[in-house]
Amino acid sequence: MSKDRLPGWKDLPRGGVILEAGNAREYETGEWRSTICPKWKPEKCIHCLFCWVYCPDAAIRVENGKMIGIDYKYCKGCGICAKECPVKGKAIDMVPENEATS
Amino acid sequence: MANLKELSTRPEALGCGHRLCAGCGAAPIVRQILMASDKPVVIANATGCLEVSTTVFPYTAWNVPWMHNAFENAAATLSGIEAAYNSLKRQGKYDKEVNFVAFGGDGGTYDIGLQSLSGAMERGHDMVYVCYDNGAYMNTGIQRSSATPLGADTTTSPAGELVPGKRGGRKDLTEIMVAHGIPYVAQGSPSHWNDLVTKAKKAFDVKGPAFINALASCNRGWRHEPADTIAITRLGVETCFWPLYEVEEGKVKVTYKPREKKPVVEFLKAQGRFRHLFKPENKHLLDQIQAEVDKKWEDLLKREA
Amino acid sequence: MSSKVALTGNEAVACAMRQIDPDVVAAYPITPQTDIVQYFSQYVADGRVKTEFVTVESEHSAMSATVGASAAGARAMTATSSQGLALMWEIVYIASSLRLPIVMPVVNRALSAPINIHCDHGDTMGARDSGWIQLYSENAQEVYDNTLQAVRIAEHPDVLLPVMVCQDGFITSHALENLVVEDDEFVKRWAGPYKPDRALLDLDRPMTIGALDLQDYYFEHKRSQIEAMNNAGRIVKAVGEEFGKKTGRTYGFFEAYRLDDADIAIVVLNSTAGTAKPVVDALRADGIKAGLLKPRMFRPFPAAELAAVLKGAKAIAVMDRAEGFSAMGGPIFPEIRSALYDVEKKPVVVNYVYGLGGRNIGTKDIKAVYDELAQVAKTGQYSRLVTYLGVRE
Repeated sequence: MSKDRLPGWKDLPRGGVILEAGNAREYETGEWRSTICPKWKPEKCIHCLFCWVYCPDAAIRVENGKMIGIDYKYCKGCGICAKECPVKGKAIDMVPENEATS
Repeated sequence: MANLKELSTRPEALGCGHRLCAGCGAAPIVRQILMASDKPVVIANATGCLEVSTTVFPYTAWNVPWMHNAFENAAATLSGIEAAYNSLKRQGKYDKEVNFVAFGGDGGTYDIGLQSLSGAMERGHDMVYVCYDNGAYMNTGIQRSSATPLGADTTTSPAGELVPGKRGGRKDLTEIMVAHGIPYVAQGSPSHWNDLVTKAKKAFDVKGPAFINALASCNRGWRHEPADTIAITRLGVETCFWPLYEVEEGKVKVTYKPREKKPVVEFLKAQGRFRHLFKPENKHLLDQIQAEVDKKWEDLLKREA
Repeated sequence: MSSKVALTGNEAVACAMRQIDPDVVAAYPITPQTDIVQYFSQYVADGRVKTEFVTVESEHSAMSATVGASAAGARAMTATSSQGLALMWEIVYIASSLRLPIVMPVVNRALSAPINIHCDHGDTMGARDSGWIQLYSENAQEVYDNTLQAVRIAEHPDVLLPVMVCQDGFITSHALENLVVEDDEFVKRWAGPYKPDRALLDLDRPMTIGALDLQDYYFEHKRSQIEAMNNAGRIVKAVGEEFGKKTGRTYGFFEAYRLDDADIAIVVLNSTAGTAKPVVDALRADGIKAGLLKPRMFRPFPAAELAAVLKGAKAIAVMDRAEGFSAMGGPIFPEIRSALYDVEKKPVVVNYVYGLGGRNIGTKDIKAVYDELAQVAKTGQYSRLVTYLGVRE
């Protein structure tokens, strides 16, 4: 999302192709969140990874088969993870934006 | 049995930064299907939400080879890619093993894309076609498709003074695919990830064409909270509106039988697009929908026996 | 060793395709292209080609699959006519915009309605804005030679655009003619192995092909494509010269037949040029300075070269075997006129639309055109800008 001058036609790869796989990573959809945000409570998490398998944005961070957090750069705040969390009392709550990311 | 811990170690074919809506029902389907592939994938994608939202130039959310050609020809395009692969392999010019998969919405699959899908399936290409069925042309603003359920409110089948939403029921594309006699056909839902991932693996592993129809909710078109995406598709399964079954070499297997078959109104009342059906004068439509769901379910159980 | 054979235009194209031996052909039959697909199917069945042949269920899928195959990294071809070209129209634009070096023989046939299976140029003229290079062929020799050259033109790194190779439906495609064909080894060396610099099947460098452009990028992508078409003429010429060195048959942008000092000339494509040449000879024998220009490369349009070779004439009749429905005659007419616009002493240029739906045109009709041109040249005036030649009033 650079505000520099956009490339001219000579600088673009022919045929409109995109050669850098996955470069959408530069587009941080986390900025879409407006009011609510998921907050993870690691002490309650059973690492079932349901949140990971349901997240439309692959914004649940998993390492070695365990959840380690939420990728706020991309999380759009849809709330699926919190809703689907099977733990009694939930391991993910949807909270006001600044509460989770502070 | 799909193992999430193992699957979570696989690289994501569809990465972050795509512009599908918050809570989009198509995205979990794509992730679940692709994580089931043991080989690298090459994708052909029909025009639609998935295609436009993941590849707004200069950005692509795809970490794998991916091609979009036009709206109705994902299957034909993939046929050509697969033919090239076969040709180059046969000539000793290419030695990788690849799984070919096409994605299309119900728009690009049931309607405008039906011909090219049928042709590809009939010719026997070794490929998987996945339809993410959200029951309308969502990308262009929620217009009806032949997959739109009876009574649903869409912009081209609105619930008005005279007509209560879509006239007529849904085309059964899954059965059309079964009628093509291809080795593997399945219906799945991202709510039942184990079932869908298992089916995706079967589809990839089978030699020849495979087709998976996956129920995708759309919080814009169905009118529900984004957080309810998975819950609503689960309701679609639990009410038998969207049976989870597979047909392997013509043999039917119902892969999930709800312990308690919920009345279809549970599914319908959770969505704004069916709100008008709950007016007293439309009760006959609710009854009709339930009757059709029941008949389909009974028929399926009979065929399995 | 080249050999002299008797083949129809379609057989000649099928022969060229067999010798090119593309990795993938995805095609659907349509009269009068059908023979090409049938001959090729036999080659496949007899194991004479290594091609993966996809018998698609429509022309739209034919071009879609060919686009997929080409993007995947294979040398891919298809063939069609008329309604088939019309059906694949949206994908034809995509093929050129994605810069895929597809070669497609097109057997010229009229467009519906009414449905008509005979020759006119409405089909490929309708695709003249699609970004494809277009080569037109007078006879079986030319369509064979053009098909071979098309592969080298399309795949040239400065071009990378698809090429349509056109011939008249039935008149050329189904008529037996003498021609020289090169041997298989020559064509193999001539075409060379296809080595794309990037391909969808390259798993190490995953590409996204066919992304969405918003208002901020579409124009730049088109400008890039425009540049390729602007460069293409140079390559068509160079390939035509190299082909000439190797076979003795040299090709350029057009054939100028007895045009040097011509006062009156016609501009005409494909087989009718062959019909017209004896008319030119007869007129010349009578001391009339008649000439003929047969364009070969119509896209890109070699305006400067055409103007240079036509400007000496006093009166020119552009003969169109297609109608533009512009209320200004056929499609080639305005392009020739536009090419001559900057010439100081402009020839008078008029239009004859002929041969629609396979309506026959013979030497008598062409002689009548020259007779009218002679009058135009004498007076410097035309009585009719557009004439519909051969239609019953």
